[in-house]
Amino acid sequence: MTNRQATTDHHAPTTSPEVGGVGHSVKRHEDDRLIQGAGNFVDDIVLPGMLHMTFVRSPWAHATINGIDTSEAEAIDGVLAVVTAELLAEYNLAWMPTLSGDTQAVLASDKVRFQGQEVAAVIATDPYIARDGADAVHVDYDPLPVITNPMQGLAADAPIIRTDKEDKNDNVAYEWESGDAAAVEEAFSKADHVVALETHYPRSHPAPLETCGIVADVDPVTGQATLYMTSQAPHAHRTVFALVAGLPEQNIRIVSPDIGGGFGNKVPVYPGYVVATAASLVIGAPVKWVETRYENLISTGFARDYHMKGEMAVTKDGKILGLRVDLLSDQGAFYSDAQPSKFPAGLFGIVTGSYDYRAAQITAKGVYTNKAPGGIAYRCSFRVTEASYLIERLVQNAAYETGIDPADFRAKNFIQPDQFPYESPTGFVYDSGDYETAMRKAMDMVGYDELRAEQAKAREEGRLIGIGMASFTEVVGAGPSQDYDIIGLKMFDSAELRVHPTGKAILKLGVKAQGQGHETTFAQIVAEELGIPAGDVKVVEGDTDNTPYGLGTYASRSTPVAGAATAMVARKIRDKGKDIAAHLLEASVDDIEFSLGTYSVKGSPDASVSIQDVAFAAYTNFPEGMEGGLEGVHYYDPPNMTYPFGTYIVVVEVDAGTGQWKVDRMIAVDDCGVRINPMIVDGQIHGGLTEGFAMSNMQWITFDEDGNCIGAHFDNYLIPTAWETPRFELGETVTPSPHHPIGAKGVGESATVGSPAAYVNAVIDALQHTGVRNIDMPVLPDRVWQAIQDSGG
Amino acid sequence: MQVSITVNGAEHSADVEPRTLLVDFIRTNIGLTGTHIGCDTTACGVCTVLLDGTPVKSCTVFAVQADGRSITTVEGLKQNGELHPIQAAFKEEHGLQCGFCTPAMMLVGSKIIEDNPNPTDDEVRWAISGNLCRCTGYVNIVKSIQRAGEMASSGGGA
Repeated sequence: MTNRQATTDHHAPTTSPEVGGVGHSVKRHEDDRLIQGAGNFVDDIVLPGMLHMTFVRSPWAHATINGIDTSEAEAIDGVLAVVTAELLAEYNLAWMPTLSGDTQAVLASDKVRFQGQEVAAVIATDPYIARDGADAVHVDYDPLPVITNPMQGLAADAPIIRTDKEDKNDNVAYEWESGDAAAVEEAFSKADHVVALETHYPRSHPAPLETCGIVADVDPVTGQATLYMTSQAPHAHRTVFALVAGLPEQNIRIVSPDIGGGFGNKVPVYPGYVVATAASLVIGAPVKWVETRYENLISTGFARDYHMKGEMAVTKDGKILGLRVDLLSDQGAFYSDAQPSKFPAGLFGIVTGSYDYRAAQITAKGVYTNKAPGGIAYRCSFRVTEASYLIERLVQNAAYETGIDPADFRAKNFIQPDQFPYESPTGFVYDSGDYETAMRKAMDMVGYDELRAEQAKAREEGRLIGIGMASFTEVVGAGPSQDYDIIGLKMFDSAELRVHPTGKAILKLGVKAQGQGHETTFAQIVAEELGIPAGDVKVVEGDTDNTPYGLGTYASRSTPVAGAATAMVARKIRDKGKDIAAHLLEASVDDIEFSLGTYSVKGSPDASVSIQDVAFAAYTNFPEGMEGGLEGVHYYDPPNMTYPFGTYIVVVEVDAGTGQWKVDRMIAVDDCGVRINPMIVDGQIHGGLTEGFAMSNMQWITFDEDGNCIGAHFDNYLIPTAWETPRFELGETVTPSPHHPIGAKGVGESATVGSPAAYVNAVIDALQHTGVRNIDMPVLPDRVWQAIQDSGG
Repeated sequence: MQVSITVNGAEHSADVEPRTLLVDFIRTNIGLTGTHIGCDTTACGVCTVLLDGTPVKSCTVFAVQADGRSITTVEGLKQNGELHPIQAAFKEEHGLQCGFCTPAMMLVGSKIIEDNPNPTDDEVRWAISGNLCRCTGYVNIVKSIQRAGEMASSGGGA
């Protein structure tokens, strides 16, 4: 940890545009194939003799299975096999471990536990025939009582969902707590106000436009398994496959080709991957499985579903003294959050936010319900979104309670720039920040004081304008190996760099992009460090046979971890290049300096060689005793997490008659440290702000009392179109991370994490004079209308 | 059933089941995989192609309905080795991230600028509102389509 980092308005590039190092908006290398329809997505892969798989899924949320009749399906011409749990059990594959140390049914055997659960799989020569086959499988069910929320799950007479677990006599998936109860007790005893908020962060789904899928190709002769998968974490998945299926790891090759969006949906291992692989192994032909949208939404990777109670202790002059949070997490039928094993509630401990106080306590309980499993980090670093939402909602309500403007209230409580590195009461060490500068910039952009005046005037005219703010802090870049692992695998990441004789390079990474633009930004890091133009660097990811081990792309970890590994391996190459340059220039290595792709002799700037000269010499003219070649690999174990932050301000107008609300302005000032490619950073923020809007306004997966999923099609799981999506105004500050080699912090998720509270706070702000303090997301018009009626406003 | 469909200028005849969707005909029978599948319910629009010049969602058109008609897919945008202005503009304005909705967005965009090379922000947003994107927040898609309109009306390609 080094000293405090200064905050600036912008990070200017040091390389030329031709080299395209850090800070240049280099046009994306991956675009050329994607704009010509030449991307290669999993469903585009066709292998000779390939078969197709479709699932039979449960119509019931909870039911005993009495029997499965596959005879009619098996009689259909073109159906080769119907796989059931009985068959999988012969291979010990009927159940599989989850990434949270629980177990999950691959195919249901004893009973089904959520609507849409996989019960059988039909393998056929054609996808249409596979669906005919699925329709012809008859399953005899006896429905059981259903649990659709954690409160029901904890009731004394609740039916037990996990009857598969020996001696399990309740529905509790985990219990966890963090913080200091005694300190919180004391803080609350001194409070002038206790501000309470009970709110549900609803079940949501990342819904990337490409659903999940696999082409499993197991060679019956050699046993080589090549699995083309929609995988955000190919190396980790290979290890899971080795553990689950017992295949020798060297014979498993996972290829994650172009990925049509992930957002966390493509982190878990799903039954479809396992069954298709098993089917390929048994039948001896490649098997393709690609979900329909309905299957994607009803069975894979939900997110959130947190019932949160927060209490904040505040003095009458607006100082926060302490925070107490109690969580009930709806886990669905299997506890399968993909998150670091030490953190059952993810990184929710970041809930203390951007504010300086010493007392915090979190208690959490995860509960099994008859809903799909998942608990994935939807564009979020493991429950940071829920945490950020709760604290920013509480802060605004605390400002109302104390009669202080929400911006002034935040300013009174922000952690100050000279307090970094700052250890939070839940044990996170924030690396750097300047929260007030970012907030003031956003306030200037929106014209905050004028807006407050306009709001007051509008209110007199009977119009409801609301100004909502969120000053979030994230914790991303998992993570340091002493604290962060997934199923025991430490969360380092890797980069391998090969500089070829002609000075062109290939960079291989353990991460895997799903639209983030790694093929461009990681080439820019090499350009920055070595002076090799970004256009001369090919970036390869997503093939476990051809890339170094890493934990994958999610939780904004690629730039903080693999980005750092890239800078470090480039520096190794640079150092070796120094020895070669000394040899070429006939100088002492101590006299060799490197700058912008040129090695020169101290005091004799004319005596110089380029990185390209050095690369050629590494293969043709290197000093005696040196290993030839110019290649390296680095496994980067981050010393700390990174802590991006920012302030978002939303202005809405609420129609009191209908409860509809419209976003008039959306200002986003982000500080993600040094920006590698500003164009791509802005694009990431645009996308995140849209998903935040979606969650606050319309996206919602809910269930009726029988456990029927409402939100399993795009007709009722609403995704914003271009028409509803707000217009965004972006700003930046730059506070480098002191421990990251190039000062970057990661940005892929900031806007999804920070913006939901800003949107909801804006609607609440429009109604706060009537006493409204909460409307649960999604803030639907009927909920707003009801809140207005209930307040008498 | 026998169908004969012209795709990107080339005629393709095949014997298909009546239930074969146009998108499957394009992807499987012809092997053009730039047209994607995202929802099967006409909601997301990533399967959009031009049918006789008009955008349609090919997951909700049977192949037999396209018999004797003409289809343009993303693979047909590039002409004589030159990118279509809409393709050049999507790269220039960072109009794509994962690239999954992109072929459909570009085809709709090409139709928008064909009808009006200077569409307003609202006109573009309304015209692409049948096509979902999860990555970009649409900001740079709108800019790309407007930019392509400028390029096309000034006669420029890539």
